[in-house]
Amino acid sequence: MAILADERTRIIVQGITGREAATFTAESLAYGARIVAGVTPGKGGQEVHGVPVYDTVAAALADHPAEATVISVPAPLLKDAALEAIENGLQLVVIVTERIPRRDIAEVLELARERGSRVIGPNSLGVISPGKTRVGMCGGSADAVRRAYTPGPVGVMSRSGGMTTEIASLLTHAGLGQSTCVSVGGDPIVGSTFLELLPLYEADPETRAVVIFGEPGSTMEEALAAHLAAYGSRLPIIAFIAGRFADRMPGVRFGHAAAIVEGGRGSPAAKIAALRQAGVRVADHLRDLPSLVQEAIG
Amino acid sequence: MRLLEYESKTLLREMGMEVPLGRLAHSPEEAAAAAKELGTAVVLKPQVPIGGRGKAGGLAFVDRETEVIPAAERLFATPLRGYEVKLLLVEQQIQARQEFYLGITYDPAARGPVLLASAAGGVEIEAMTERVLRRPLSLVRPWPTFRSREVAAGLGLTGPALLRMTTAIDRLVETFLKFDALLAEINPLMLTDDGRLVAVDAHIELDPDAAFRHQDVVARFGLAGRGERTLSEFERRAAEIDQADHRGVAGRMVQFDGDLGLLIGGGGASLTVFDAVLDAGLRPANYCEIGGNPSVWKVKELTKLILSQPQVKRIAVIMNVVSNTRVDLVARGVIKGILELGRDPATTIAAFRIPGSWEEEGFALLQRYGVPFYTRETSMDQVVAMIAQDKR
Repeated sequence: MAILADERTRIIVQGITGREAATFTAESLAYGARIVAGVTPGKGGQEVHGVPVYDTVAAALADHPAEATVISVPAPLLKDAALEAIENGLQLVVIVTERIPRRDIAEVLELARERGSRVIGPNSLGVISPGKTRVGMCGGSADAVRRAYTPGPVGVMSRSGGMTTEIASLLTHAGLGQSTCVSVGGDPIVGSTFLELLPLYEADPETRAVVIFGEPGSTMEEALAAHLAAYGSRLPIIAFIAGRFADRMPGVRFGHAAAIVEGGRGSPAAKIAALRQAGVRVADHLRDLPSLVQEAIG
Repeated sequence: MRLLEYESKTLLREMGMEVPLGRLAHSPEEAAAAAKELGTAVVLKPQVPIGGRGKAGGLAFVDRETEVIPAAERLFATPLRGYEVKLLLVEQQIQARQEFYLGITYDPAARGPVLLASAAGGVEIEAMTERVLRRPLSLVRPWPTFRSREVAAGLGLTGPALLRMTTAIDRLVETFLKFDALLAEINPLMLTDDGRLVAVDAHIELDPDAAFRHQDVVARFGLAGRGERTLSEFERRAAEIDQADHRGVAGRMVQFDGDLGLLIGGGGASLTVFDAVLDAGLRPANYCEIGGNPSVWKVKELTKLILSQPQVKRIAVIMNVVSNTRVDLVARGVIKGILELGRDPATTIAAFRIPGSWEEEGFALLQRYGVPFYTRETSMDQVVAMIAQDKR
């Protein structure tokens, strides 16, 4: 089992003729992902690595039913592409694009909530269920993905795309495979937070522990901690929070757009304290993550 | 992009909101001329991008013509929280019967804009003890006027004042949406004895990621680059190197005064490595976030720049398992930069740890020069700990 996407998930890629999208499409296909169609307005009729390209999502889905989309288009075009995906009933919408106007992404997420679409990102590398499928571009080439990710019992949620692969690689090296890894996105507003994804892992019989990678800014970690303190979880949760130094250097902006500490809210120290209070095992060092996971699942 | 008070008020006035009559002054003499034109009771307001100017002693209420020049001279000579005062807004004083707060901003938890309103304006919203009304704003459906009326009634208003407040709220919503603001705030919004609603202070922040839609506003107020940190010479040169070659990104270069140079990336990994560097008691010379697939030239130039600071003895090259970055190109760039400086890569590179594509070629090159390198099996913070133990 996995969450969000597995080997049956049919995927379209919006913006498929872009250089980056064409590359991750080829590598995802090589990894076994079922990419059934692509969309680039004005380029309908072309093919990208054997995947047919359509002008509209509606036309693509008419020929090739799908459940998920990866959107990799320039920021000014993102809102329209995402609304098109949601209005056409795609259930999983992964947004790779970054630096999207706040108003646009807020509108997209509001419509997604109304229509029941799940959005991952923006500024996300996507979702990967090792050995089954990849929706997005986590881990790079198919060979590199096979080397870093292995199937197993650990869920991973990360605010950093690069660290999604780094953590999977650390776990893999320690003999710990992953059920599904999610790059939730580095922006101040994202479609799915740690707290919203946790119930999916809890409902997945294969997942036995969840690792989260947090950063300064936003209150995603605090919201998870508040929930865990009140309700607990059937799963042990292991966290690493990067950017502790930001507390000592206020005013200097480090890391992702969301990683901006304002007035103590979203500070790494506050996140670590809240998570520990809620019973989360917070690693002092990145290298301790695998042993903490091992300890938690016995 | 934070707008100054007068810029915020210009947008609000053009959207139909009443603001006090005012003039800009670049000198005490201009301030005196403005006061003369506006009438005796004026307020002098430094145009600096900070809140709470009143508390910081940054406002001057002047009731006599002879007081304008000395008051303006004092304001021009007094920096406010580090900002030099170059411009004053001279405005007619407004007598308030009641002060309100109105603001719209994004609520990260709700993932959308929220309207905040209070019948106790004049203090910062964070400090308000009175009831603050909160209404989420839909972006899918237009904001209906009855919602503004409900808020106005919630503020305790009746009669003509309720109708005027309804319009004011509608205008603020329109302004927030039209200009892609991240924040639009009127505080205080004053109700006068003759029943007018006047935006006495205002603060608008525009979304830098939406600037492409508002090039007219950017040009009109000269917003390009505003609010960005003043770069040091080192940081400016790093930005030049980054811009000279579109391949790869050398982001957020920040200079410190330590002896260990850092070529680190990407975003989350840089945060992780920098924590580890400080934890290990090492002293960083810089912070940065390398990403994408930088060219040999870019890496070489960054390496030389970092090592050109006299106190910097060694450089550590550490990234997470990379997907787009070519390990061999980074290795070549670092070694080339060190050789061009006439130094020995084996003793200058404290550690190299970038696993990923083309790593075999990269590792072979590092081996040839005797550089200590680590594979993916050694975690990034472990590498940092080993640099700390290495007493070369």
